[in-house]
Amino acid sequence: MAGASTHSPHIGSGFVRADGPAKVTGAALYVDDVRPDDCLYGATVRSPVARGRLLGLKKDPAFDWSDVVIATADDIPGENVVALMTDDQPVLATGELRHVTEPVALIAAPSRDKALAAVRHVEVLYEALEPLFDPTESATSPIRIFGDDNVFSRLEMVHGDGLDALGRAESAGAKVITGTYTVGLQEQLYIECQGMIATPRDDGGVTIFGSMQCPFYIVKALKRVLGHEKLNVVQAVTGGGFGGKEEYPSMVAAHAAVLALKTGRPVKLIYRRDEDLQATTKRHPAIMTYSTAVDPETGELQAASVDLLFDGGAYNTLSPVVLSRAILHALGPYAVPHVKLDALMVATHTPPNGAFRGFGAPQVMFAAERHMDRIARELDLDPIALRRANLYRDGDVTPSGQTLFDVASIEVLDRALEAAEKPLPPSLVPTRPGGGQAAGRRASGRGVAIAWHGCGFTGNGEAALKGKADVSLDGDRVVIHTASTDIGQGTDSIFPAIVADVLGIDVERVSNAPHDTADVPDSGPTVASRTAMVVGGVVKQGAEKLLAALRAEVGLGDEADFDTLLAARKSDATLRVRAEYEDKGAQWDPETYQGDAYPTYGWSCMVVDAEIDTDTGEVLYRRLVQATDVGKALNPVLAAGQLEGGALQGLGYATSEAVVLDAQRRMRNDRLTNYIIPTTLDAPPMETVLVEFPFADGPFGAKGIGEIPHDVPAPAVAAAIEQATGAVLDTLPMTPEAVLAALEAMEAGEGAA
Amino acid sequence: MKIGFRLNGAETTVDVTPMARLLDVLREDLRLTGSKEGCGEGECGACTVLIDGKAVNSCLVPVVQVRGASVKTVEGLAEDGRLHPVQQAFIDHGGAQCGICTPGFVVAAAELLERDPNPDAVTIREALAGNLCRCTGYQKIVDSVARTLASAEEAGR
Ligand code: FES
Ligand code: FES
Repeated sequence: MAGASTHSPHIGSGFVRADGPAKVTGAALYVDDVRPDDCLYGATVRSPVARGRLLGLKKDPAFDWSDVVIATADDIPGENVVALMTDDQPVLATGELRHVTEPVALIAAPSRDKALAAVRHVEVLYEALEPLFDPTESATSPIRIFGDDNVFSRLEMVHGDGLDALGRAESAGAKVITGTYTVGLQEQLYIECQGMIATPRDDGGVTIFGSMQCPFYIVKALKRVLGHEKLNVVQAVTGGGFGGKEEYPSMVAAHAAVLALKTGRPVKLIYRRDEDLQATTKRHPAIMTYSTAVDPETGELQAASVDLLFDGGAYNTLSPVVLSRAILHALGPYAVPHVKLDALMVATHTPPNGAFRGFGAPQVMFAAERHMDRIARELDLDPIALRRANLYRDGDVTPSGQTLFDVASIEVLDRALEAAEKPLPPSLVPTRPGGGQAAGRRASGRGVAIAWHGCGFTGNGEAALKGKADVSLDGDRVVIHTASTDIGQGTDSIFPAIVADVLGIDVERVSNAPHDTADVPDSGPTVASRTAMVVGGVVKQGAEKLLAALRAEVGLGDEADFDTLLAARKSDATLRVRAEYEDKGAQWDPETYQGDAYPTYGWSCMVVDAEIDTDTGEVLYRRLVQATDVGKALNPVLAAGQLEGGALQGLGYATSEAVVLDAQRRMRNDRLTNYIIPTTLDAPPMETVLVEFPFADGPFGAKGIGEIPHDVPAPAVAAAIEQATGAVLDTLPMTPEAVLAALEAMEAGEGAA
Repeated sequence: MKIGFRLNGAETTVDVTPMARLLDVLREDLRLTGSKEGCGEGECGACTVLIDGKAVNSCLVPVVQVRGASVKTVEGLAEDGRLHPVQQAFIDHGGAQCGICTPGFVVAAAELLERDPNPDAVTIREALAGNLCRCTGYQKIVDSVARTLASAEEAGR
């Protein structure tokens, strides 16, 4: 270590984000803020139908096509495929149309308005075919969407004695409690829509610049589309992603590239909000059935079986990985010795679903926590005591056979409850004191939910990927080169702080190189709560290597600090070192799903106070307290901010964010006026307790925190509604209509009884 | 059609169709890209600018409406190279994450602070209810605005 330095560490302090000044002054350049000279504007012609045979395109003869270029699949230089996990999704449809809004052709024109007008003057000709919409029928339907059974992925896990144990427990006096839980679509709703600029390069290749999470996904996809490797991908400042800019940008980039190569000019392709909502990936809907054998006296969970059915939509995207995370998190943070889990991801003729913060976990965590509340209700147990009795502890074994350590489950529960017991701090006074309609009857309730979330890739994903990072010394400045994008979470500020602390210098002297694949190595995608924890660790190693290289170069030992080493340098050549993820020897069998599913887990407990307007069914949030295990808060301000943002996205998932589909399964509420994300008035005051159970392999002990806050709110809200009114809701979203229906059902039930 | 107005303190004339959206004129004709488009229909507030000191969604304003008016955008908030106190507060207290909503928020907050330099949380939330943020959960935005005065006084000491 740079022990000689007296520099105070940045890590753990609330150092300010490096991109703050550019963002508050409007100087930060997002993709739509950039306009290359001579650029054309792109737009996309899409399928008007859920399923059909594509017969061709008809251009309106009355429209002025003189300055418009149309590209179809014939203009794709390489293969017509968006390469990801499987090669099922085309860049542009040919033959069969498989979902409404599927891209069919591309337009380039001198202005945005002209490009959009041209789209309206192209008719997609098709013969309608019978679509398949119902996921419960998909695997047995004669209609084929994917493979020979429409199954994107099927997973099974058995631990202990599996199903046998369920029957055995029941004969021995356990109660078997069964429930089904259903969740709908959710839109990521980054405030910046998808967008890319493709610029032809002199060597016949193309440069992609735009809004994205994963530059190397685009490289992988474009190599196939172009048929060569003359391309580089550069991240623009990105206005939110939440998973929505994990895989979909490959499609946008491919489209922009095809147009740029056809026209020989830069092409800017920016989605309108309605197009973004209708066409891009969403959170998977799911139907989840749980049966659990419980000791009726103690509430001890003895055995469980779970059936998960997820709807992947028309193409595979990343759905198998989503299903993997779903099954591994299915039972929530509770120890059950004997389990049998089945999970199925099927195809339907709906727009493909894909990555979204939590990646399968928010769905199952809703089910798992609702199921715990059902158990408490049916056995007349206290919901919190029931949870406390069954929460994982150190040394417990998960369904994949992984032994857990550094488990913060009880700690987050206690800390959240303790914080929620205190009166709301005066600076956080509740919003909208009246709320809803003045005449409404109100019922107040408090809901508590707990989640765990595996940090980083599943199994040996990290070892297989070997994420890389470079650190270079240029004069007296240090530069970090990674493909890890800052999408708001602040890693462009966290990485320099990590490096500065290793070198014992001021963070001002450390910066990030542009995330340009021509320069940076593949650090892996910016997903899975892995960037700060995994790539941050690689960056830290890079800084240590740089220090070692510098010492070797000047022949000085540990006692010399960074500036002494610099002063002793004879050369001013750039020094650049590469670090790579070191295999920590995780044991994982992808066939049996047994072994170390994740390097570590984060833990979170949320307490939601809400008032339910029993006349309108509206849920008014009054307070949200969370205690979340972050391992080590690299920056408490950034960490709390990310946790609070995730919590609010989860409250939206809980009550307001309904995706309404029309007969072709096109999103009907495709505007911010009718797809309702929470505003400042809908959001409760939030208190965030950072719990630190360090992860030995994370930089300074950090765990991934990006996703867990989205796992917990929805079940906490359902529990608050139940506590306030007695109404039981097991379906998301819990819109006012759904709450009213549940209240009416309850009253009808009471009337009948 | 030629339309003249004061933009961030400087007299400006543009030659555009009168019904062009102020947001497009700012971004495309004047290349001031700090004001963002999140929805184009008055829901998200990413395009917020001040017209004669009042916060409005520039995506809803035909440029002809600002003839002779004074328009201030996020680019004009800082004065003499010094950030507006609320801009500094957003940096210091985590008010900006991805930042796409930030220009709209700081402009709307600047208008609020002009009226009420030390607003409470309810007032702040009401004043910013027309601005959407998907990253922060709003708590750090509310905190940033609430602490603007105190932070500025501390810095001035
Ligand atoms: S772009 Fe003007 S309010 Fe959304
Ligand atoms: S900071 Fe990303 S939308 Fe507000």
